[in-house]
Amino acid sequence: MDYFCGVDIGSSTAKLVLVDASGRIVARCMKRSGVDYGKTAEELRETLCSQAKIDCAEIRRAISTGYGRDNVRWSDGKMTEIACHGKGAFSVFRKRMTVIDIGAQDSKVIHLDESGKRTGFRMNRKCAAGTGAFLEEVAHRLALDISELNTLAEKSTREVTLGSFCTVFAATEIIEKIRSGAAVEDIVRGAFSSVAKRIVEMDSVDGMVVATGGVVAHNPFMAVMLGNAFSTKAFIAPDAQYMGAFGAALFAMD
Amino acid sequence: MADSTEPKKIAATKVMKGVMDRYFNRVMGPEAPDGRKIAWCTSVGPVELLRALGFEVYFPENYSAMLGASRMANDMIPLANARGYSPDICSYLTSDIGSYLKGDGPFKKMNFSGPPRADVLVFNTNQCRDVKDWFEFYGREWNVPCIGVSTPHSIGESDATIIDSVTRQIKALVKPLEEIVVKRLDMDRLKEAVRLSLECTYKWKAVLETAANIPAPLSFFDGTIQMGPAVVLRGTQEAIDYYDILLAELKQRIAEGNGAVDNEKYRIYWEGMPIWGRLRNMAVHFIELRTAVVASTYCNSWIFEDLDPDNPFEGMARAYTNLFICRDDNWKKKYIQRMMELFSIDGVLYHNAKTCPNNSNSRYDMPRRLQEATGKPFVVIDGDINDLRLYSEEQSRTNIEAFVEQLSQ
Repeated sequence: MDYFCGVDIGSSTAKLVLVDASGRIVARCMKRSGVDYGKTAEELRETLCSQAKIDCAEIRRAISTGYGRDNVRWSDGKMTEIACHGKGAFSVFRKRMTVIDIGAQDSKVIHLDESGKRTGFRMNRKCAAGTGAFLEEVAHRLALDISELNTLAEKSTREVTLGSFCTVFAATEIIEKIRSGAAVEDIVRGAFSSVAKRIVEMDSVDGMVVATGGVVAHNPFMAVMLGNAFSTKAFIAPDAQYMGAFGAALFAMD
Repeated sequence: MADSTEPKKIAATKVMKGVMDRYFNRVMGPEAPDGRKIAWCTSVGPVELLRALGFEVYFPENYSAMLGASRMANDMIPLANARGYSPDICSYLTSDIGSYLKGDGPFKKMNFSGPPRADVLVFNTNQCRDVKDWFEFYGREWNVPCIGVSTPHSIGESDATIIDSVTRQIKALVKPLEEIVVKRLDMDRLKEAVRLSLECTYKWKAVLETAANIPAPLSFFDGTIQMGPAVVLRGTQEAIDYYDILLAELKQRIAEGNGAVDNEKYRIYWEGMPIWGRLRNMAVHFIELRTAVVASTYCNSWIFEDLDPDNPFEGMARAYTNLFICRDDNWKKKYIQRMMELFSIDGVLYHNAKTCPNNSNSRYDMPRRLQEATGKPFVVIDGDINDLRLYSEEQSRTNIEAFVEQLSQ
């Protein structure tokens, strides 16, 4: 049987998805991208094939994406993560939509028409604002594990406003908020809101709003904040963190 | 044979190197005649007047581009920042002043001691206020006159009031310049310098317009190198002669169907300044994507068709005021639209240069308006002319690749 593989080597996490000839996901796996993207991709391929109980030779075609897309020696082609997140999300919802992908190092707003054709996109500027890196910095500053953020943000009833664009300045603001006695959960909610505001500044949205990427996968409350920021409902794509790899696997089928 | 991903060499470039070397030697080398006077001039300044008065003319923006392209700017800019010139202002200025403070730069590698000391600094603020601040630094350092022209910006329809004002300002430069060279302006020499500049303009325009051909025989990246004579030698016969040679080679390429990008699939317009320190990387990247960057506002900026040998002052005023950079967004939008039609453009890349706001036209919603008018998509790359601290290679690559993917749908 033929299988198709999508390889998404992100700045923080590498994800692989295997689909069958009908486009159904049959296996997926992830690990930290590490410092040797090629080796990480190799190791994940072994894991993936083992999960699916297939021989790696049964992978008919593979497409790589993400920052490490050029480092996957065994892929048959590459596409940007903008194309792949769009492809993956559209295959699930099949509507005119705006995909918001929040990754560790960058964020993208991707516009697709009713046929899935991309009509435009924006990436964040050269800055960690509005990305997972910002939330990591906030967690570090508040001596929290990154996994605690979502529960805390949900618990908050009073958002603390973080005004700065800049991750470094926002960290300074957080120190000031701690000093003035703000509750940790309110600061965390403020951080989520800050990420959403940065996304709002990047572009407008049209059609259905679909959130993808690791940040919303681990922090579903971020989708609530995005919805609030855009005055609409933001849906979280299934397997949100794998959406880039899934889209790449679908491209491999084309 | 597989398509090449190496930028194709233009044979005429060797000739250009000789032309430029002779120019640099005249301005900085030992064979420069004693008693010659050096005028620094902004790249879109009234150079014809300076040539007519016998000045050797030096253009620091050309040097700043060299600092950027050699990536030496990265070491120079922080020195100017520490001196008090903000990282947010023109990185041509901070590169150059940093180079002066450090006493190092690309001219050292060419066996010149450094940029020539000016007898006078002549600016035109048609590009930005920064050029005046830049020249005034040296005016104070060397205690030499810093004079120039203040040109209005955001001009819709250029009118007589504006041109009269700029004409009067250019005429007012004559007396102080005559005092420096201790001779009177010869109007015939001025008319001749203007005539030569105008001829250079026509040749340079013809060179750039060869890229309207499909496939384009030269790219924007080639243009940024080939424009050297149009910038530093306009008003001389040498520039004209060089562009004759270049033009013949490009016409030959057209006849052979030899494009700058093999198997050219998409054609892009570059709006904004080059990212000098990444010029080659970008040229290779676009070739890999089979995408030709065929035209740009930047290279077009040294086309001065309003020059008029019969009315040299008024012609210079018009030519150096009716520029893209001095116009309002409505004018700019129409201009880019015309270029998109002329060069069969598939999409527009805007370089948002952090320290060069006047040459960054993505900041007032122009991309969206132009997309609405033309149906052609756009992408915005954040970067800078010289300050690579403001540029992310990975983000730019992803943006460009995603844009080409979009063109291919």
